[in-house]
Amino acid sequence: MAIMRRRKGGGGKRSENPEHQSDENKEKKGKESEENSKSGSANLNVNLNLNLHSGSVAKKSRKKWSCVDGCCWFIGCICSMWWFLLFLYNAMPPSFPQYVTEAITGPLPDPPGVKLAKDGLKAKHPVVFVPGIVTGGLELWEGHACAEGLFRKRLWGGTFGEVYKRPLCWVEHMSLDNETGLDPPGIKIRPVSGLVAADYFAPGYFVWAVLIANLARIGYEDKNMYMAAYDWRLSFQNTEVRDQTLSRIKSNIELMVATSGGKKVVVVPHSMGVLYFLHFMKWVEAPKPMGGGGGPNWCAEHIKAVMNIGGPFLGVPKAVSGLFSAEAKDIAIARAIAPGVLDRDVFGFQTLQHVMRMTRTWDSTMSMIPKGGDTIWGGLDWSPEEGHACSSKKNSNDQIAGYNRTEDLANSGGVKYGRIISFGKDVADLRSSDIGSVDFRGAFKGNNLANITCRDVWTEYHDMGIGGIKAVADYKVYTAGSILDLLHFVAPKMMKRGGAHFSYGIADDLSDKKYEHFKYWSNPLETTLPNAPDMEIFSMYGVGIPTERAYVYKFSPAAECFIPFQIDTSVDGADDNHCLQGGVYSVDGDETVPVLSAGFMSAKGWRGKTRFNPSGIRTFLREYNHAPPTTLLEGRGTQSGAHVDIMGNFALIEDIIRVAAGATGEEIGGDKVHSDIFKWSERIKLRL
Amino acid sequence: MASVLRFRKLCFLEPAKCSSYDEKIKKTDKKQLFETHKIDGKNYESANVSLLEEKPNKQHQRRPPKEWKCIDSCCWTIGLLCTLWWLLLFVYHCLPANLPGLQPPEPPGARLKRSGVTALHPVVMVPGIVTGGLELWEGRPCSDGLFRQRLWGGSFTEIFKRPMCWLEHLSLDNETGLDPPGIRVRAVPGLVAADYFAPGYFVWAILIENLARIGYEGKNMYMAAYDWRLSFQNTETRDQTLSRLKSKIELMYATNGYKKVVVVPHSMGVLYFLHFMKWVEAPPPMGGGGGPGWCAKHIKSIMNIGPAFLGVPKAVGNILSAESKDVAFIRAMAPGLLDSEILGLQTLEHVMRVSRTWDSIISLVPKGGETIWGNLDWSPEDHACDSATHRQFDMKGNDTDGRRGFQVHESTKYGRIVSFGKPASEVHSSEFPSLRSQKKGSLHNATPPVASCGKVWTEYDDLSRETISKVFENKAYTAGTLLDLLRTIAPKMMRRAEAHFSHGIADDLDDPKYNDYKYWSNPLETKLPEAPDMEIYCLYGVGIPTERSYVYKESPPGRCKSIPLQIDSSADGNKNGCLKGGVYFVDGDESVPVLSAGFMCAKGWRGKTRFNPSGIATYVREYKHKAPANLLEGRGLESGAHVDIMGNVALIEDILRVVAGASSVELGGDKIYSDIMKMSEKINVRL
Repeated sequence: MAIMRRRKGGGGKRSENPEHQSDENKEKKGKESEENSKSGSANLNVNLNLNLHSGSVAKKSRKKWSCVDGCCWFIGCICSMWWFLLFLYNAMPPSFPQYVTEAITGPLPDPPGVKLAKDGLKAKHPVVFVPGIVTGGLELWEGHACAEGLFRKRLWGGTFGEVYKRPLCWVEHMSLDNETGLDPPGIKIRPVSGLVAADYFAPGYFVWAVLIANLARIGYEDKNMYMAAYDWRLSFQNTEVRDQTLSRIKSNIELMVATSGGKKVVVVPHSMGVLYFLHFMKWVEAPKPMGGGGGPNWCAEHIKAVMNIGGPFLGVPKAVSGLFSAEAKDIAIARAIAPGVLDRDVFGFQTLQHVMRMTRTWDSTMSMIPKGGDTIWGGLDWSPEEGHACSSKKNSNDQIAGYNRTEDLANSGGVKYGRIISFGKDVADLRSSDIGSVDFRGAFKGNNLANITCRDVWTEYHDMGIGGIKAVADYKVYTAGSILDLLHFVAPKMMKRGGAHFSYGIADDLSDKKYEHFKYWSNPLETTLPNAPDMEIFSMYGVGIPTERAYVYKFSPAAECFIPFQIDTSVDGADDNHCLQGGVYSVDGDETVPVLSAGFMSAKGWRGKTRFNPSGIRTFLREYNHAPPTTLLEGRGTQSGAHVDIMGNFALIEDIIRVAAGATGEEIGGDKVHSDIFKWSERIKLRL
Repeated sequence: MASVLRFRKLCFLEPAKCSSYDEKIKKTDKKQLFETHKIDGKNYESANVSLLEEKPNKQHQRRPPKEWKCIDSCCWTIGLLCTLWWLLLFVYHCLPANLPGLQPPEPPGARLKRSGVTALHPVVMVPGIVTGGLELWEGRPCSDGLFRQRLWGGSFTEIFKRPMCWLEHLSLDNETGLDPPGIRVRAVPGLVAADYFAPGYFVWAILIENLARIGYEGKNMYMAAYDWRLSFQNTETRDQTLSRLKSKIELMYATNGYKKVVVVPHSMGVLYFLHFMKWVEAPPPMGGGGGPGWCAKHIKSIMNIGPAFLGVPKAVGNILSAESKDVAFIRAMAPGLLDSEILGLQTLEHVMRVSRTWDSIISLVPKGGETIWGNLDWSPEDHACDSATHRQFDMKGNDTDGRRGFQVHESTKYGRIVSFGKPASEVHSSEFPSLRSQKKGSLHNATPPVASCGKVWTEYDDLSRETISKVFENKAYTAGTLLDLLRTIAPKMMRRAEAHFSHGIADDLDDPKYNDYKYWSNPLETKLPEAPDMEIYCLYGVGIPTERSYVYKESPPGRCKSIPLQIDSSADGNKNGCLKGGVYFVDGDESVPVLSAGFMCAKGWRGKTRFNPSGIATYVREYKHKAPANLLEGRGLESGAHVDIMGNVALIEDILRVVAGASSVELGGDKIYSDIMKMSEKINVRL
């Protein structure tokens, strides 16, 4: 390579000179030869030869210049430009981007932290963050040989570089043990601790960072902020068993209360963290050894407010499709756009299968299966959200909803959200009496479907056999209640593991002894809130984004190694019905959690003194209407209502800061509702 | 023939020169030429044709070569380099992880795991000064965009980008020793605080990795990161760091099956933890209120690495003139570089200004006065700087035979920690007055400082020239009088810091005044806690020359200088290997002399003494320095240097064994290479 460079370099540089020189030479030599014509032709010949050769060399070098040199030149150019720009960027005053943005979009509003600091707000109550599923970083502490050199490097979160470099190794390390739901032997993956655990999910993709930065503006720092990072793959109780995470949170909260002069903490859980903290509140007051032994007043003494952001209190339908076929709306769309890419096993990727195998070992996904069964989520012919009109414009919602209500519900052709999974579009629309469903529960499993090559990708479908799969499809329609049976049928191992940690029902008698078991602690319908009348519970979530609520499924094209079911992306609603798109029925929500799940407990289940809330903890609903960012410069927007992007919503941040600085729920304005949550809650017949 | 061809090849590149050459060839070797001619004859015709054809073409073809200019070749070169780099990078990534021959030695953790050592006791790590990261939480406008970025530790890029801003943010308040208004710089929490100081420069990382191999993880390791700029009690006042540490230890104790913790402090962390042990048992509000049995209940052993129990002389050099050996060497090699004010840098002044706001440095000033560190004519170290112990001195130490070594220790007066002028460091104390008069004359010639130099605040500006000349007159300072010197030249700093630290020896430890926190980090003024089952280890490197005392001189006069003192780097011992570049060396780990690191474990606390009423067992474990054999070893597996020792295999193995439950007997008790026992004998402290 070096030799080539020298030759080309030499040739290239000289290609100019020999031309001129040779021309001059020729003229000179010409004269010379005229004068010294006697001296013989040999001399002339040699000289001419020389000149000619040098000419041809110049020509040659020009030829070579074409490809490799062109490439080099091009790369060099780009690199230099890049460095130059980088240099400019680094030399740029840090306020420059903001200046440009302001020049284009007009002056930006002050970030809420700055604004409130000007108003004189000061850090008062310590703040605890509880991150949700997926957003927390995980790092490697011990691994197999293939994970060499990754010690204490992030496997989850960060750049995800390892996913591309060694995907199988990555999947192997991220999976948990099939039987226990804990570490597989020889592998230790642990949550990253500290604020860095979930401030950014990937470089530039904030989760908590904006909130942290704004809190810091009014005086918060490391000592009065705590990120309760936990391994979100584990079931909640297992985080305590393996890592003592719950004890750690308890100790940290106690420490922060003590060091800040007895000020109670404000807890800000997000997404699944909401359920995790619900579990924590029960755990901490329960007696040892199952609980934390904090005594019956621990929450009252240590917690001022719980500000749930986008909380899936009653589960999310997305979790069902995730567990059932490892896909959600996004994947279904990807499949529709580029059919076959995901399902191809030519390359031996089997992406979805691997993803499914991995996620099915994560117990925590089961905490988000819809809870409360048909009472909450609706039966075959009924659902609380009935009449919700899916139009792109939020404003018209109310009018249409009003119009729809007058119609006979059964005949309206209203969307039957209660049928969370239906096989085929026609089934999704039929009256319940017309559906000829065949019970699958006793169906014969066997007739091993998988051939040996598929074995390495473990999904429980292989053990089901064709008969089993057929039976599942024949049942046609599944509601929130029968979904559990379905999952028990298609993934018995997983559900058996999860059944020990989570429960999805509604309690008849909350004083029943059995509800002292930890598996009920994360289900708001089977636990009572702690005895803490001064505490406040906020449900803060975005509205105005279509959110997955029910699915239309179909058989996969017959193939060997595939998940036999997938969302039927070809199914779209009629023109007047925007709720069905790509096989997914959507309702109002924050893109992940439907309003019903996020708001019901605060709107009705816990409002006032109910049996779920015996001490009458005050609850507040704070909804944030989604407004997408107007320009690219705004990034993910300051008024977003999307599940994760809401963490950058200025209104939400302001609410949190105000509460952290000492305000009560009434002081920040009580309820703020945009959706129909109160109407929908009315329809839910739940004994309170 | 071949030679001709080769020549012609050359001629393609350099036609002008070679034409004459060819003529020579023609003369000398007609026959060959004839053949060439024949061969070329064929070409001649075709060439003739091409020559004719070429002429009209020339107009077209000249253009691309013209574009091929300097920039193009630059681009070309850069492109090629980049491509090559990527190619190499790619190849490097494709390499199997374990190349034969490059196999790194097996880490001690893996070896011990095979012999059945597993995690048992939780581990608390207490980092030392400088090694912990600091991050910004609130700053002035100039620090825009640095929120939660590291100002200290990491890549230090901000020093180059905005040096003044950086200095401003790292300074503390002059009066309070806490944050200046509007600035909040806080310690980075978690293991990342001090695993690597800068990328690739490990501090705790190797130890953490080895601990992880025997089963440790985030839940049973804790890095007690604290803001090392503050005085120890102020870390509690401002950040509640001590409360945090207490709560963490209690938590780990409870969640790990009531196993006591093993504490591993390093460098200044040793003093910090000493302070913690007193604090935690003291009643609130000054203390942590853990009650008298707290340490006995929660701590199994303390494994002090490179402990600076009795302070380090380096700290004195730092306070006096913001320099130590390394800086003095730079000054000797490139005189004027550091002192140049052409660029307006005033580096040392800035460093001094910032570091003088850090109270913690005062905790490292030598403690125990002349009793420990020696007086004008006596010192406990009877140390010979011969080549046997000091490889560094090999080149000049060839003539240092045993006898000379003997001479050396006769003449080296380590007790004089600071002396002005080399003569003052050597003569007997009775000869001082004569020297004094000599020096006075030279001082009178010194020009007064220029008024406009006050941009960089150091307390030297507030001192009159007379005060400074008085300082010079005194000639030599021992560990006792040193404090007076510091009080003279840095009054504000000492006033602030002496509320937090004390440097004496207690006469009566039961005196109620010793309940004040300022005594807690001085092992000579506190009692160890009541914990007979606890063990204290002193683990440190030996075999590296370590700064012990300094020869100072006046800075070159007539300049805009605010530091009037500097180490006299020209003072070299001609026959005396211990003096080099104005610094006297003794045995140690490059920062902490053996005396400071080992005395407490070797004598002060050994057995039941008044400093150790419950008879906590102490052990001295020394690690002989062995420089890395080749570059591949990096910073060495057997290093004894102050920070590099954290990668020392033997030390790591000792720690792993203890945390896994081994007793000191299994470890082998004391392991001593230096003269620490002999030195300790010479020190007369009432025990």
